[in-house]
Amino acid sequence: MMGKLLRQPWVYSFGAAIAVWLATIAYTEGQGAGAILTAALSFATFTIIVGLGQMMVITTGPGNVDLSIPATITLSGVIAMKVMDEDTGRMAIGILAALGAAAAVGAFNYGLIRLLRIPPIIATLSSSFLVLSTAISYGRGIRIKPPEPLAQFAGAQVLGIPIMAVAVLALSIAMAVVLSRTVYGRSVLAVGQNSRAAWLAGLNAGRTRFVTYVLSAFLAGVCGILLSGFSRGAALNMGEEFLLASIATVVIGGTSVAGGRANVPGIWGAALFMYLLVTMLNTFGASAGVRLILTGLMIIGVIVLAGGEEQR
Amino acid sequence: MNRRLLRQALPFLTLAVVLAATFYVQPRTMSYFGLNLMLQYAVPIALATVAQMFIITVNDLDLSIGPFVGLVSCVGATLMYGSPALGLLAMLALIACYGAIGALIHIRNLPSIVVTLGLSFVWLGISVMILPSPGGKAPDWLKALMAVQTPWVPFPIIAAVVIGAVVQLALMYSSWGVVARGAGGNPKALTRAGWSMLRTKVVMYMLAGLFGVLSGLALLGLTTSGDAHVADRYTLYSIAGVILGGGEFTGGRVSPMGAVVGALTLALAGSFLIFLKISPDWQIGAQGAILIIVLALRALVSYGEQKR
Amino acid sequence: MSGQAIRLDGVEKSFGAVRALAGVDLTVDAGECLGLVGHNGAGKSTLMHVLSGNLTPSAGTLSIGGRPCSGGWTAAAAQAEGVRCVFQELSLCPNLTVAENVRIVHRSLKGFGWKGRARALIRQKLDEIFPSHGIAPDDEIAGLAIGQRQMAEIARAFTVTDGKLRLVILDEPTSSLDAVTARQLLAYVKRETARGTSIILISHLLGEILSTAGRIVVMKDGKTVADRKAGDFTRNSLVAAMGSEAREHTRGAARTAGAEVMVSARPRSGGPAALEARKGEIIGLTGLAGHGQTRMLLRIYERREAQVTGRLAFIAGDRQSDGVFNLWSIGRNITTRSLATLRRGGLIDLAAEARLAGEWKDRMAIRTPDVNNNILTLSGGNQQKALFARALASDAAVILMDDPTRGVDIGTKQEVYAMIRAEAGTGRTFIWYTTEIDELTHCDRAYVFRNGAIAAALGADELTEEKVLQASFAEPAA
Repeated sequence: MMGKLLRQPWVYSFGAAIAVWLATIAYTEGQGAGAILTAALSFATFTIIVGLGQMMVITTGPGNVDLSIPATITLSGVIAMKVMDEDTGRMAIGILAALGAAAAVGAFNYGLIRLLRIPPIIATLSSSFLVLSTAISYGRGIRIKPPEPLAQFAGAQVLGIPIMAVAVLALSIAMAVVLSRTVYGRSVLAVGQNSRAAWLAGLNAGRTRFVTYVLSAFLAGVCGILLSGFSRGAALNMGEEFLLASIATVVIGGTSVAGGRANVPGIWGAALFMYLLVTMLNTFGASAGVRLILTGLMIIGVIVLAGGEEQR
Repeated sequence: MNRRLLRQALPFLTLAVVLAATFYVQPRTMSYFGLNLMLQYAVPIALATVAQMFIITVNDLDLSIGPFVGLVSCVGATLMYGSPALGLLAMLALIACYGAIGALIHIRNLPSIVVTLGLSFVWLGISVMILPSPGGKAPDWLKALMAVQTPWVPFPIIAAVVIGAVVQLALMYSSWGVVARGAGGNPKALTRAGWSMLRTKVVMYMLAGLFGVLSGLALLGLTTSGDAHVADRYTLYSIAGVILGGGEFTGGRVSPMGAVVGALTLALAGSFLIFLKISPDWQIGAQGAILIIVLALRALVSYGEQKR
Repeated sequence: MSGQAIRLDGVEKSFGAVRALAGVDLTVDAGECLGLVGHNGAGKSTLMHVLSGNLTPSAGTLSIGGRPCSGGWTAAAAQAEGVRCVFQELSLCPNLTVAENVRIVHRSLKGFGWKGRARALIRQKLDEIFPSHGIAPDDEIAGLAIGQRQMAEIARAFTVTDGKLRLVILDEPTSSLDAVTARQLLAYVKRETARGTSIILISHLLGEILSTAGRIVVMKDGKTVADRKAGDFTRNSLVAAMGSEAREHTRGAARTAGAEVMVSARPRSGGPAALEARKGEIIGLTGLAGHGQTRMLLRIYERREAQVTGRLAFIAGDRQSDGVFNLWSIGRNITTRSLATLRRGGLIDLAAEARLAGEWKDRMAIRTPDVNNNILTLSGGNQQKALFARALASDAAVILMDDPTRGVDIGTKQEVYAMIRAEAGTGRTFIWYTTEIDELTHCDRAYVFRNGAIAAALGADELTEEKVLQASFAEPAA
């Protein structure tokens, strides 16, 4: 049982997260241990939301990755804020508009990949340029606050646990069920291992990838709305950090970069780890340079420890 | 057969079209100095693209090349300015680092995307420690080299052609290049024939490191001072350049000359958009659109050529 | 020529608990063609990998040319000693040209003008082995048909630069070749051995072995169990030595004449004839390899210009690229095609899934203690059975088979044949592309393909090698 547990790649990311947390509170002599965890849960949820989408994309096979997530987050945040215009009554329509735009980005991404046969990295990269320009042009100089209920939801806590973290936990469980117990989820895993074999086994590889790219963009849209609620407004660079974060959490969490193997719990461990790592370094008073170097080395260290892909 | 030729010619045609469009929009660029100015920055981009191409040849991807080029510029503007010998040593150490990373990735069978993602933080961190804000000075010989005035044809063009030709010769025509590309096409076959995949990968990573160093130095010669963030865009440029140049992400299919031409196209597209006087909001979007259009053309050309 | 080319004494090799080679003694004399036969999993592949230096044996000694090989026997050392291997899965780099692939195995091809020498080398060898091969040295491998790739790889194995060619191991060399090129190869094998090169020929086509090899070694359970002159074996005694009995089967009567038409399709290259398959029929697709049979199956599968009644399932012959999901268990591999029918309220019913997998594991007699084991723990033949199970367990009325018994041992084949006949008896339709003419005896009718079109439709009593070859080669009537 223990041995089997240790062979699960996500155990390492949780282990690393806990170790980093312990190191931090050892340094502060226990001060703020709970507050750090609360903050970690708050901030990590955003990474987890986009990480789930990125995970599905990466699982559909080698070369599949969604680089348009940051631009989509920004676009969705900008649209949500502008459509809502600080009016609580317009919240629903704002959410719909933002999510609709995000899903459209996903569909556009897939269209580029499928119709123009562009490698996903380049397709999502090019489209992210377009999306970002759209967001910049549409949201020119915005400084619009979110409606109060949205801001409250994004920041609410019960006993130190952010409500949003609970909601995202439910989302994660739903995603795990989708992966193992729906035809779509199985298709994602099968297509990721061998898309031709999946097609010959009667699965629809094209539809699977389409749904996956739309799902990833949709989740980026969700993240954009919540993030602008949480940080009290949208900003044109609000998505930036999520490019590296989404890829790093997925891979550190034990999802196979070669495709076909996804890991939901690992995303939680990895997202918490990445946040706690930065917290620890800040607590230690490390300079920006040291912080960057250690973050990089930790990412490499975790992937080396968790081991590479098995030969296929 | 015609389609295959057309596909190989596509990167060159794209460059010609972008060049023609630039001349049309801004006729004054059609001069020695105009070209020199527009293509200056193509040299470091081309070098970084070639570096990326070596990694892509062995089916990996380097997400750290941009920050690496930035680091080289920082080291060049500080250590190398003070002591050329020490600077050279530092550059050699950086190349050795690349080799070590290649070995690590191969031995532990790690996903290169993640390792180089982590590395990009490391390079950036070191740069920020060396130069928290842009500064330092480029060695004079470097400035002089990048400002060379060649007769008739501007220096950047000559440099790009030489870089492309040398790498083309080494990778596409030499017997060693065959083994290197074979390593991307079918690593198992290579091992069975008694070649060491480890050695091949380390050599390719070190070559990438070497061209990354050259790119950083060339960039430093142009900017004349070091900056950790000067080349952040290079990671994306280099990947896009390889693909624009007809390369593929897997299977050891690359084209050095194409990659250099792809880099030139990207550099030129930047100037072109400025001449078009597009609203700054849409500058970046237009770059994305150009990329999409070119790739769409390529898809159109290769449609029917492949797969039966 | 005489003397030993290579000799193994007591060679053992274990992978974890699995003992792939349990003490093999084997001598190959210079200038002899040794036939090596045995079931899948008998240890032939492992033995080959040991001989070619790709696997280090756990115990035992190897001597080459009479000298014991004390140092490390590596792939590089094997190359240097003139030991070459043509593996079942191709060892060419698809992104390189034929000539460039020659360079990969010849370290001495370097320096100025290496490419010219490589071109000449491979062109001359291809001409010698496969006249009218239609391959240019500058063709990229990815652009060649599968049969041409195999020809290129075989020819490459026989090229010589410096040093000598001592031993060439051919593992199922004719699996992707058509009858004519296969014959050319076997004739060349005889010529080459007469020149003193030793050849180990591994094949499931016993006719090839019996007609070509001078001596035959039979392997079973990681050991050699028989080692005699080829003339001392007959087909039946060879099969008996491998451990399974040759069975003759009786064909079912033509009971499907008036049944419903399930599939009717035309090949892409047109031609007057169309393919038709009725309920409960087993339809063979034959002719020279690569003449449009697989494409026909794919057209039916995509329902492109094909009328199909009922659902379809596809059984791939190329397990690795078209069939198996490497990361999944045997069970999941089996149920992939049936997921939609296993849903209860939108979610897959895991208990029902396990039942289905278990049931078909038993029915196909897949040899595994647990269907939850990874699919790659199975031998190749058993993986293929899992693919059969995937298709047969589904709700498909028509099953398309793309040379599904490629590289599968005789025992497994017999089980599969029986299963196909039984399923056809229950009203399922099979369209079966096969490269082995023997397998047509299990079909009710067959279509012979030539250049992408149907050249002839043969009834049950016409399914002989002679008729098939005749139709494969005859000039078009019009």
